[in-house]
Order: sequence, then structure tokens, then C-alpha cells
Amino acid sequence: MLYKSVNESFNEFLIDRADAKCIRCKVCVRQCAYDVHAYLSGEDALTEDNSLCIGCRRCSALCPTGAITIRSNEESFKANASWSSAHIRNLYAQADTGGILLAAMGNPAKYPIYWDHLLLDASQVTNPSIDPLREPMELRTYLGKKPHVVEVVRDEKTGKAKLATKLSPQLKLEYPFIFSAMSYGALNLNAHKAMAAAAQELGTIYNTGEGGLHKDLYQYGKNVIVQVASGRFGVSEQYLNAGVGIEIKVGQGAKPGIGGHLPGEKVNDQISETRMIPIGSDAISPAPHHDIYSIEDLRQLIYALKEATNYEKPVSVKIAAVHHVAAIASGIARAGADIITIDGFRGGTGAAPQVIRDNVGIPMELALAAVDARLRDEGIRNQVSIVVGGGVRNSSDAIKAIALGADAINLGTSTLLALGCTLCQRCYTGKCPWGITTNNPYLAKRLNPEIGAERLVNLVHAWGHEMKEILGGMGLNALESLRGNRYKLRAVGLSDQAMNLLGVMPAGE
Amino acid sequence: MKRIYTIEDACIGCHLCEVGCITEHSQSKDPVRAFLHEPVRSISRCTVEELDGGVISLSTTCRHCDEPDCLRACISGAIQKNDAGVVRIDTEQCVGCWSCVMACPYGAVQRNLAKKKANKCDLCPDRKSPACVDACPNRALVYKEGSQK
Repeated sequence: MLYKSVNESFNEFLIDRADAKCIRCKVCVRQCAYDVHAYLSGEDALTEDNSLCIGCRRCSALCPTGAITIRSNEESFKANASWSSAHIRNLYAQADTGGILLAAMGNPAKYPIYWDHLLLDASQVTNPSIDPLREPMELRTYLGKKPHVVEVVRDEKTGKAKLATKLSPQLKLEYPFIFSAMSYGALNLNAHKAMAAAAQELGTIYNTGEGGLHKDLYQYGKNVIVQVASGRFGVSEQYLNAGVGIEIKVGQGAKPGIGGHLPGEKVNDQISETRMIPIGSDAISPAPHHDIYSIEDLRQLIYALKEATNYEKPVSVKIAAVHHVAAIASGIARAGADIITIDGFRGGTGAAPQVIRDNVGIPMELALAAVDARLRDEGIRNQVSIVVGGGVRNSSDAIKAIALGADAINLGTSTLLALGCTLCQRCYTGKCPWGITTNNPYLAKRLNPEIGAERLVNLVHAWGHEMKEILGGMGLNALESLRGNRYKLRAVGLSDQAMNLLGVMPAGE
Repeated sequence: MKRIYTIEDACIGCHLCEVGCITEHSQSKDPVRAFLHEPVRSISRCTVEELDGGVISLSTTCRHCDEPDCLRACISGAIQKNDAGVVRIDTEQCVGCWSCVMACPYGAVQRNLAKKKANKCDLCPDRKSPACVDACPNRALVYKEGSQK
């Protein structure tokens, strides 16, 4: 078609092809999942349709001569401080289609990032720092209900001390990281294999997400948390007992208050078997759990799951960070949960309405600080562990989260990035060019689970090393000593109110 | 001996193994020069076979058989198996009769029609591991000890 509307022609990216370097190997044509590149055999030339490019960089990464560069389209509308190009582009798209704009991954909008306003402490002169290469340093983390008091009695016969207090079931993590809940269906089996194998190697946990656990992955049970969401996909007694913990998913940071929808086209035979739904049928997770309308209802589900698993597995309840999150968390703790998982508004998704992703929820940093403070004030902080996710980008964000009161960190976007994601934010199309969020067999092959697992292990090892260095610098020899220790944090450039909410002092004090 | 193994599940059909092979067997060993500027472009010794629009794909290459059919079929003695087990063609001796091409059960010998010489994998004698293996972005080609199967 010669005519293109403003919307179609005002594409986001331009492909810059250096013809002097192009060897006509056509790898770009084969690798583009969006049919951007084409080979003209008559002219022996490559051509491209810029309007189809999503900026994933697959072609430029695989081009063997570096002939391709993806640039953002500098062509712009008349400058307008109110109407950005993105606003205009979105409005045109909606005028064209009349539909809700879909989006994926976490909130990319320009909201404050509190991690960037928090600084860590280090020892000088009056207290010794520790070298983690020479002295032991512990990152091991236990998640679950901790007793109010620990009673120790002496065994009369042997004279040895033993624990009289009955401990609740605990999850043992060698690193305070969990590969967070991204369902089988949204992600393909290769991605799940990579996460499961990496969790086993690292001695940590991978969360199945709401799509059930594929039969090939039951062998990783000791490193799995199984999730129960509002759609109840793949939930059976066997599934609940397959892992070491259970998570009830109430909300997700990217789309609080919104359910899920896996399009029928993505439901192939394997996903159908795992989710226990017919092939090709839409997998719809309702926005609410239809059996949870109160804290009392939540308590019923928590105990139903505990009953089904013989009280051997801790139960987590995952909520999105929203207003009144502290009060909700208190209710969850009192409902009998062992772990509360809080997903901040930067948490990712495979698909969500853009207006929800970009405007609903609150930052995880503030939610975490509020929840930790509230549970301490009520004297019930020991009853639950807090896992947080949504916006942890590196080891320093993670260690700041620990200092704000988190027990462990969910890695979602970081996991995908380690697997090769380039944050093009088009997971909802099912055409992931990196083979992660696609079930198309031609594309899914691009993620080799062996390489994926190695890269995840490397990432967590790297962050672990860095965290040990930071802890050592502060004179601490265990992550446990930093947990909730906000005295080790100082704020720069934050308002009194924000510092008050975060419970940190300004730098210099 | 070390051989190249192809892992079908990981092959993404990008054909970069072929680009790597052609580049390695060029004069300059530079892809741009090998493809665009050198007078003669070598023929790739590995071939990516695809089915169902690329859903199934794998890179095929010489197995360096213990008892090579190509060697037995060669009428001029151009194909030899050296002490390390590598099956090579001496292009000086090759007369281009294509007997080896017909004899190979894996379809791993190619015809260089321009030169009228047979063409096959030499396991890249100048490299630690073959160029196709190094070029694969998804570890679908592995160079390791093993049998020909």
C-alpha cells in the first residue's frame, strides 16, 4: 500500500543498514519475528519495512558483519511539553482501533526511583570492616513463620541440648533471590527449564507462576514454589505437593486489580496438559479470586492449602503494592500466611492494559517500608517473611531492599534480561524474537535452556559476591544482620515525608 | 577423536555456521572480504537442513567416519584419513568424478562446480575449534570427543 496513515508512518525505529558491509547472508530476514527485513533476489539487495520494527535488536545482534544498527526515529512532531510523541502515537493507535492499548514488562514511566536516593553505610576507624574473601560471610535466608520464643531443653539421657519449640516449615535459600512467578504459557518450557535448573544449582527457588508445573519439571521439586492463582490452572493435590512452598497470587504489580488472559493461540498440547484446559482455549484468570472476598476467606484458602499439604509447606500470599498495603499485609499475616510477597508497580507482566501498568499501584520501596514498619509495630513481624519484587535492578537495589526489611527478592525482569530479553515490551504478541515469551516452536528454540541456566547462575553469583563485599564493608558477616536495619541507609534528595515513610535519616545525620 | 555434533533442539536456523565456514575457508578470513571482495567464494562445508518452515532444523556436516565410504569410493586417492582421524580431500588429486558425493550417506560432501573439485569439512586445522561451532549463537553445534554417530 502506498498510502500510510500518520500513525503507521510515524514508526518508532529506523534500520540503518551499511550496504558496504552487508554480505547478503539473510540472517536478519530469518531471525526477525516481525517480517521487517526482506531479500530482493532480482536485485540481490536487502530491504526493510521500518514501520514493523519493534526495536528488539535481534537482527543487529546476529548480523555477522555488524552491518545493522537500530536507531530511534528522530523524526518528531512539533515540540510540545504536554503532548509527547508517545502520547500522540498512542492516541492515533486508539483512534484507529477503538481498543485498549496493550503493554508488557514493567512500568517504564518516569516516576521516582527511591533506590537512587538511598546510600549505604561502611565501617571506618571505630568498627572493623570484613573481607569476604578471607572470612565467612552468610547470605543464607530462611523464609517462613518464626517462633515468638525459642525453648531449649536438655535431653536427660544424653545431656545434649535440643529444641523444644516446634518450628514452622521454612524455605531455605542459599541466596536471597527467587526467580519470580512467570507462568508456563506466558514463558515457554525452555525458559522454565532454565529457571528450574538454575534454582537447583544455586540452592534457591523458582516460582512456577499460575500456569502449573510441567511434568518434566517435577524433578526440581525441592527448588520450586507452586502458585495458585484465580484461574486455578494446573492445580491438583499432586501439584500442591510438588514443590517446597505454595503461593496464593492475589495481585500483580504491573496490573493490580486485573486478571490474566493467555490467548488460545498460545495454548498448545503441552500447556493444555499442564494447565488442565483444552488445546486452543483461552486461559482466563479472573480479576478476583471468587472465593476470597475478605481476610476470613483468605484464611480459609490458606488453611485449605495447608491441609492439602499436611502443614508441611509454607504458604505465601502475593499482593500488588497499592494504597493501604500495610493494613492488607497485616490482615494477611493474621490470616495465617507464612510469607507475604509484595509486587511493586515496576513489576513486569506478559500483557496488561497500558493505562493500568503505567498508572496503578505504588513503588515497592515505600510499600516495603510501610509493611515492615506496620508488622513490627503490631508485634507480628516474626509471623511472616517478606518477599519483594518489582524494580530490583542490581545487587545494591537488592541490599537496600533487605535493609528496608525484605527477607528475599523476587527477580522477574532481571531473570528475563539474563535469559536474553532486550525489553522491547512486546511479550503479548507471542512473537518474542529471543524465544522467551513465545510458544511458537520456531522461535522458542532460540532459548537454549542450558545457556539460560548458566547465565542465571552467573547473575546470582555476581550479585551474591557484590552483596558480600557491601556487607563486609559495613562490618557485617551475615545478611541477617542487615535485615530491616535501616540505620545502614541514608537518604539524599528526598522530602521529609518520603524519609519518614522509608524510616531513613538524611545523609549527613 | 573430537567431532562436531549438532543439537537439533537448539538449532535456530540462522545459517551463521555456513557464514563462519565460508569465512574460515577464505583467503582473508574476514566475512565482508570473503563474501564481497575475494574473486572466488568458497563453498560452505556445513549445510543447514530445514523442515516445516524451520521448525525443525539442523546443521549437517562430515562425520569423519571410522571407515569412510567417500574414501573407499574415491577413484584417485584424493581422500585420505590422517592419523588424527580427520578425513580430508587433497584438491590437487581430486578429479571431480563425484563418486564421493554419491557414496557419502550423510550428504556431507559438496560439489565445487566452478573448480570441478569435491569439497568437504576439514575440521578447521588452523583453529582450536571449528569455525561453525564458534559461529553458532545457540550452542547447537558442539565440538567434543565421541563416535561418528
